[in-house]
Amino acid sequence: MAYAGSDQAGGPGRVPVTIKILIAGGFGVGKTTLVGSLTEIRPLRTEEPLSEPGAAVDRLDGVERKTTTTVALDFGRITIRDNLVIYLFGTPGQERFWFMWDELARGALGAIVMADTRRLADSFASVDYFEQRGIPFVVGVNCFDGARRYRPDSVRSALDLDPEVPIVLCDARQRPSCRDALIALVEHALEVLRDRPEYAAEARTPEPAP
Amino acid sequence: MPSPEDQYLDEAAGPVVRPYALIRGRTRATGEWLDLIAIITAVRGVRPDPSEMGPEHLDVLRMCRLPTSVADIAADLDLPLGVVRILLGDLQEQRLISIHHPIPPARLPDARVLREVVDGLRRL
Repeated sequence: MAYAGSDQAGGPGRVPVTIKILIAGGFGVGKTTLVGSLTEIRPLRTEEPLSEPGAAVDRLDGVERKTTTTVALDFGRITIRDNLVIYLFGTPGQERFWFMWDELARGALGAIVMADTRRLADSFASVDYFEQRGIPFVVGVNCFDGARRYRPDSVRSALDLDPEVPIVLCDARQRPSCRDALIALVEHALEVLRDRPEYAAEARTPEPAP
Repeated sequence: MPSPEDQYLDEAAGPVVRPYALIRGRTRATGEWLDLIAIITAVRGVRPDPSEMGPEHLDVLRMCRLPTSVADIAADLDLPLGVVRILLGDLQEQRLISIHHPIPPARLPDARVLREVVDGLRRL
């Protein structure tokens, strides 16, 4: 899908500002549900060479020449206005697809790490990944039916999160709840970026007088 | 004889033409890195050389008459990302497309863009 408004809005040279946000977390934690609550999901295929651990998992009987595997990512788009678009990408949950993450994380504004309080350990890897790379993230605690409700403080200590990382309780099936998690992330990213010297230098450049 | 669960049927068997046949076995795009959210626009008024073009190249060009992201191209044409990157590399070599790389978050023009995102999300 293209941007029909771009020509009228600013001439043929005008292209949208695009923002990338990742939805991460362990396998089956509600990433797809969250993307689907916010926007229409479209699968995005990548064909990747079978890695050694993957080769043990993918059955190769009868397909000896199958040397690549298809990784499907959930992909969704939220148009804020004609020239400002958010792209959501669900990261593959299985560990053998970790190589995809660097591709996805490049240039990302931030991430929502979904966590299931029954399996908090499944979110450790995602938390580590974004912490190490200095990518802003919030933790979305998915309130599944029947899941015991934990106080954000206990989730914070269980995940060993820095005090500034926001924790949002979120029902991945409910659009307003997912939207609030996304807002929490963008606001958090804004704060994190503001504190970085390279951002401050650019942002403080005075605007030309109207 | 393999048991039924060993057989790959329909979509599970993979495409009839393996995607990499479309791009003559290449697995890596030449040229610059293309982000998933880079925006591609077909250059107007330039005729593609038909001897260099496959139907997929033309599909991509058609999609990019209006600015379109790499991820949108791959999803809409149902082609793997790696294949789309190679097709785009070919088109770029022939100067048939222009590429706009996304602005890194740290260099977004100012805080206004992100505030606008927050306001836009509140209206969802």
